[in-house]
Amino acid sequence: MAITVSRPKLNWSERLYLPAILSGMAITLKHFKNMLLGRTKVTMQYPEEKWDSQMPEHYRGAPALVRDQTGRIRCVACQLCEFICPPRAIKIIPGEIPTGDRFAKVEKFPHEFDIDMIRCIYCGLCEEVCPEQAIYLRKDYAITGFTRADMVHDKEKLLEIGGVMHGVVLKWNEKK
Amino acid sequence: MDYAFLISSLIKIVALLAVVLGIMNYAVYAERRISALIQDRLGPNRVGPAGLFQPIADAAKFLLKEDFTPGHVNKFYYWLAPCLAMIPAITTLAVLPFGSTLFGVPMVIADINVGVLFVFAIASLGVYGIVIAGWSSNSKYPFLGGVRSTSQMISYELSLGLAVIPIFLLIGQLRLTEVVRYQIEHGWMIAPFVGDWTNPHKWLLAIPMVVSFVVFTIAIFAETNRLPFDLPEAETELVGGYHTEYGSMKFGLFFLGEYVAMITGSAIIVTLFLGGWHFPGIPDGSHGWGWGLVNIFIFFSKVAVLLFVFIWVRWTLPRFRYDQLMRLGWVFFFEIALVNIFVAAIILAYFPA
Repeated sequence: MAITVSRPKLNWSERLYLPAILSGMAITLKHFKNMLLGRTKVTMQYPEEKWDSQMPEHYRGAPALVRDQTGRIRCVACQLCEFICPPRAIKIIPGEIPTGDRFAKVEKFPHEFDIDMIRCIYCGLCEEVCPEQAIYLRKDYAITGFTRADMVHDKEKLLEIGGVMHGVVLKWNEKK
Repeated sequence: MDYAFLISSLIKIVALLAVVLGIMNYAVYAERRISALIQDRLGPNRVGPAGLFQPIADAAKFLLKEDFTPGHVNKFYYWLAPCLAMIPAITTLAVLPFGSTLFGVPMVIADINVGVLFVFAIASLGVYGIVIAGWSSNSKYPFLGGVRSTSQMISYELSLGLAVIPIFLLIGQLRLTEVVRYQIEHGWMIAPFVGDWTNPHKWLLAIPMVVSFVVFTIAIFAETNRLPFDLPEAETELVGGYHTEYGSMKFGLFFLGEYVAMITGSAIIVTLFLGGWHFPGIPDGSHGWGWGLVNIFIFFSKVAVLLFVFIWVRWTLPRFRYDQLMRLGWVFFFEIALVNIFVAAIILAYFPA
């Protein structure tokens, strides 16, 4: 059933329309004045001011590889992250750790580990799937480059972003 | 042949054009900054100190873009339209007195005795730029924009013309320098504080003048296609209006032509209602060239204040619906202006000073 919406009854000054215009202009002038005097503070001037200090704990930025306390790359090149990565941004070429090495029982290490940051969607599945806690999403968000090749993070770059992680997984210690 | 007149006129033309084009460029910058501040944003503040070189960057962008012509347009009129949008707006400035005198030379390019008729005659030609642009683009949205513009500008030109009649009933001349001279002697049209300001006759006469001022200002808003009357280029409805098919500097001419029309409109309002270059207590150019420059500065300051109001209104009010626009023009402003003429005439005839 059609409903007839009753029109509001306007008084004389409302029908004249000009008082409403003037009050609207007073509101915009108030905003203008407050902005001009710096009382309203909304915009962050990006390159000069950054929001690093306000970044939440769970922020997902660039993925990175980490070393453990002994300086070993934690990654064992199991390639689970490569398989789970939804946009297929990760490419791993595994290598073998030679016998006689301190960590020979680990057997594998990433010979090459590339993450294409053009493809990466910062979903964090690689971090979630990693059985060695070797890959983490750091808080770096300003990832730029002049070419497509610049945007591919290789192993050195990933380790540089990642740094050392003092973690709970110590299963490759010599004593065990 | 009077060479002194010729040379002084040439200097005035070049100087006025330079000043107006400068104001035009910075009006675009002001539009962006003020709109931003009204909306709690910052606006362009990167190019130069506080973004002051932004107009230069904008102009360079327009000039360096590819100047394309779509294949389906009528080439001759397509190229003619941007010029027709720009030229009438600039030409109108020729008759406006923008200062008192400088070194004994009157600061008006052409002090002709049909002053305000010339303004209306030339300013009305501005509609051709828009109509021809809409038609020659051979495309739906520009066509709709052009059609809307035709009816809108013709409708509001009536109230525009009728609104100034009380002034000329009072002064008896169409020459714009006379309008300014009258306001110096008797006070501004809408606020007669100069001279014998306690005379009740002047305040009685100020009532139709204020009505004229309001109607005229609103009609100028409509004539310059500014919000709340920007139907010819309503981007949410018409993609971009009459200049949808235009790019690079041809679009730039439409865009800047709109701002020149704004400046011209403000200058006309200042001359007719707000005392021109006059400010109470400040002598004219016959007291030294310094005062002459001050008078010019006062004129352009008043224009700048009106430009701020133009921008302020644009970022406050929503757009009218098309039928509301027509109703407003034909049913309200036309009648108000018409009645206002009779009110002014009755005051002049039966309540003499």
